[in-house]
Amino acid sequence: MIALSDYLILGAILFAISVAGIFINRKNVIVLLMCVELMLLAVNINFVAFSHFLGDSAGQVFVFFILTVAAAEAAIGLAILVVLFRSKRTINVEDMDVLKG
Amino acid sequence: MTLEKLIFYVLAAVVILSATMVVSRRNPVHSALFLILAFVACSGIWLLAEAEFLAIVLVLVYVGAVMVLFLFVLMMLDIDIAVLRAGFIKLLPLGIIMAIAMAAELILIVGPENFGLQEYAAPARHAADYSNTEEIGSVLYTVYMYPFEIAAVILLVAIIAAIGLTMRKRPGAKYLDPASQVVVKRDERVRLVSMDAEKG
Repeated sequence: MIALSDYLILGAILFAISVAGIFINRKNVIVLLMCVELMLLAVNINFVAFSHFLGDSAGQVFVFFILTVAAAEAAIGLAILVVLFRSKRTINVEDMDVLKG
Repeated sequence: MTLEKLIFYVLAAVVILSATMVVSRRNPVHSALFLILAFVACSGIWLLAEAEFLAIVLVLVYVGAVMVLFLFVLMMLDIDIAVLRAGFIKLLPLGIIMAIAMAAELILIVGPENFGLQEYAAPARHAADYSNTEEIGSVLYTVYMYPFEIAAVILLVAIIAAIGLTMRKRPGAKYLDPASQVVVKRDERVRLVSMDAEKG
């Protein structure tokens, strides 16, 4: 039988890969968005696994809500990206320094 | 090793390999395609965990909508990959070290000694006529009614925000406005001129 720890380890490895992805792709906004989607997927794996092993459907309902928020986040993030590219002709994070923060 | 476990490990390996590809590919289009592979393999893992409804939703919503949106934006933007890849090699060792350290710490916590089969016994399989969709629906529309409606409002806000952000007025564009065509009056288009007849 598949143990709960198998699902949790898969989620942990996926989360670590996406954190490393944010680290090494820190100039490319679109890959950063993809890494955030991977992180949410890792969290969702944990929710589904706990829901299965504890026999409680609340975990699956929360995955449903996370999917909703992730879809909204991706849509707005990509819209911002399109507007940014229109005005600056680049999506490099290092060129976004007009605020001089 | 049972067949179930074999399927789980194959799918988990596909998820992890494609996630590695997502963060390491040079071309963002390849990253997006590998992300689709990761989502599809993950939906197989959710099927093993008896979350059938969410597995289908993951494929429909993510692969069908969100990833198509990603690819659409990627194709629309003209990205200079070489500039974005600068510093990749320099940061790669740090990223690998951090990923290994983080994964090791998390696995120490969630490993088999804390969450193994002895601590959490595998639940009994549901009967063949059990409906996961029905179970989720029965709590989603009763206990979680308000969060469900808030989720709907969040999606509406996302729609309006995305359209509002990307819509633009282009003054130079030569397009016809149907509304102003419909309300046009005779006097705005026709000018009657009285002139003398020519003699010759």
